[in-house]
Amino acid sequence: MTDKPAGFNLIHHADKQSCLELSGDWVQGCAAADFDGLCATLEAQASSELVVDGASLGQWDSTLMAFLLQCHAYCRREQLAFSARNLPDSAGKLLALATAVDAHTPPQPPRTPALASLNPLRLLAMVRDRLAESMAFIGELSVALARLVTGRSNTRFVDFRHFCYQAGPDAFAIISLTSVLVGMILAYLGAVQLQQFGAGLYVANLVTIGMLREMGVLMTAVVMAGRTGAAYAAQLGTMQTNEEIDAITTMGISPVEFLVVPRILALIVVMPLLTLYADLLGIVGGGLVAGGMGITPLQYISQSELSIKLSHLSVGLIKSVVFAILIAVAGCRAGINSGRSSAAVGQAATEAVVTAIVYLIIADAAINILFQQIKF
Amino acid sequence: MADSDGSAHISVRDLTMAYGSRVIQQDLNFDIQRGDIFVIMGGSGCGKSTLLKHMLGLIVPADGDILYNGESFVRAGAAGQEAMRRRWGITYQSGGLFSAMTLGENVALPLQLYTHYRSREIADIVAYKLALVGLAGYQSYYPSEISGGMRKRAALARAIALEPEILFFDEPSAGLDPISSRLLDDLIVQLQESTGATVVMVTHELASIFAIATNSVFLDPETRTMIDCGDPRQLRDHSKQALVRQFLTRSAAVAEDSS
Repeated sequence: MTDKPAGFNLIHHADKQSCLELSGDWVQGCAAADFDGLCATLEAQASSELVVDGASLGQWDSTLMAFLLQCHAYCRREQLAFSARNLPDSAGKLLALATAVDAHTPPQPPRTPALASLNPLRLLAMVRDRLAESMAFIGELSVALARLVTGRSNTRFVDFRHFCYQAGPDAFAIISLTSVLVGMILAYLGAVQLQQFGAGLYVANLVTIGMLREMGVLMTAVVMAGRTGAAYAAQLGTMQTNEEIDAITTMGISPVEFLVVPRILALIVVMPLLTLYADLLGIVGGGLVAGGMGITPLQYISQSELSIKLSHLSVGLIKSVVFAILIAVAGCRAGINSGRSSAAVGQAATEAVVTAIVYLIIADAAINILFQQIKF
Repeated sequence: MADSDGSAHISVRDLTMAYGSRVIQQDLNFDIQRGDIFVIMGGSGCGKSTLLKHMLGLIVPADGDILYNGESFVRAGAAGQEAMRRRWGITYQSGGLFSAMTLGENVALPLQLYTHYRSREIADIVAYKLALVGLAGYQSYYPSEISGGMRKRAALARAIALEPEILFFDEPSAGLDPISSRLLDDLIVQLQESTGATVVMVTHELASIFAIATNSVFLDPETRTMIDCGDPRQLRDHSKQALVRQFLTRSAAVAEDSS
């Protein structure tokens, strides 16, 4: 493609004028023009005018134009007069177009030291802002729920039903898989220890109590945080991007009542049901492992039955409601406060899942300590 | 067939567009010459954007063909279509800029993917392309940080990054104020004049149509075919179709009726 190499020749005239003669083919893949060298020579010549001459120019494309634009910018910076002659017609037009508007200088962002993000005061301020934001959201949510109870809310029952379906039956497959496996894991873990004491039968107690109080609800919550919490954040974030939330607000409807309340209620209704389902399947999974260790199904079932107490079941169900609120609040808050670009929606979904899981673990620990203290 | 196949830049031949069994437009036949600024016009819902999507290869035609430089796009195969697409620059209705990238990165992307420039040269060319659309110095801005008109121009800078032979625009002036819209029109004309590219655009902004278009096609939603084509200024005064004249002289036609 390149027959003649691209090049230039800087000629210094007596009357403080430098002439830049372009030659060869200035196309993609040609040897890079030495712009820094040109600047140095220009400086040495101390001219007050630069004339670009394109008389012996061969083929050209954007490579040439980018170079000419650089020359133009240099002349402007160093206050040299810039002109061009004998350029191909269209190149001249393009150059005129490119230099019609002065370059914009973006404002310099304030320089922050590299470790500024680790400054404890800044971190504290960030946590405070987050907390204030969450509090404001929970406040709005409480008002919306109060209006729902008094029957003055704009929450639609259709939405509620739709989200119940989305969060419930749609999640059966994945919940089944995880809870059976968790039940099996619990059984394996316990069986090895218990058999040392000849107490292998008590695997049934371990699995039943473990699933009811802890693992059933926790695994369901983690799955729902990833599945439903992220979906809520992405839906609301996209609605924010499309100005749908603005439209809802200007119609005089509270976005919290219209969008957030049905989602939270749906999760509060569905989570306990999913937890019961997960508990049951977990116990079945444990039974499979126990069967492999010589415990008959009848033994396993009767031993499980003995260990089931209402208190164990209610601990799990109480947790499931708390977790449902946390997941839905984390998801909806991230979505409503999302920025208005595709990148921001992604961030909102990530934030929803991360905060939901952190909340879950903290709440789980707190509830366990509480019930331990009151011997429930 | 032998008429202008050889010289036309883009030829649409017996094109039928349909979604499933619902025919949108049929028997479309027109040529776009090299260097034309070609406008696809018609009332709402007549399939203007659908026609553009067919020309871009985003939708496969139900029947007929689209020829670029006399070569069939439909029958070109994946690799051939890819090669043809590389010679096009496309500006979408809402810009289509990648919101997670700065303007500089947006314009640099096609250069990084399809050229062998070194990274420093790419930076220079990005600066030049942005300067062409009047956005010199905006490399580090994100699309969300600039105005709608600037986003359109930035999208145009990305579209011309690879020095395309054909520039496609979907409603370039949608959502712009009259001044920004006029400036964008001027920019399109200036770029067309200096690069010699063929421009194809969908628009129903009359001001913009008369200001820049050199050729056009008019799609009719009723008969589901094109009812006229040619220079819109000619069509306004001399079209045999009353509908086309009415469309192009909307205010005048209303005034005549009422007087």
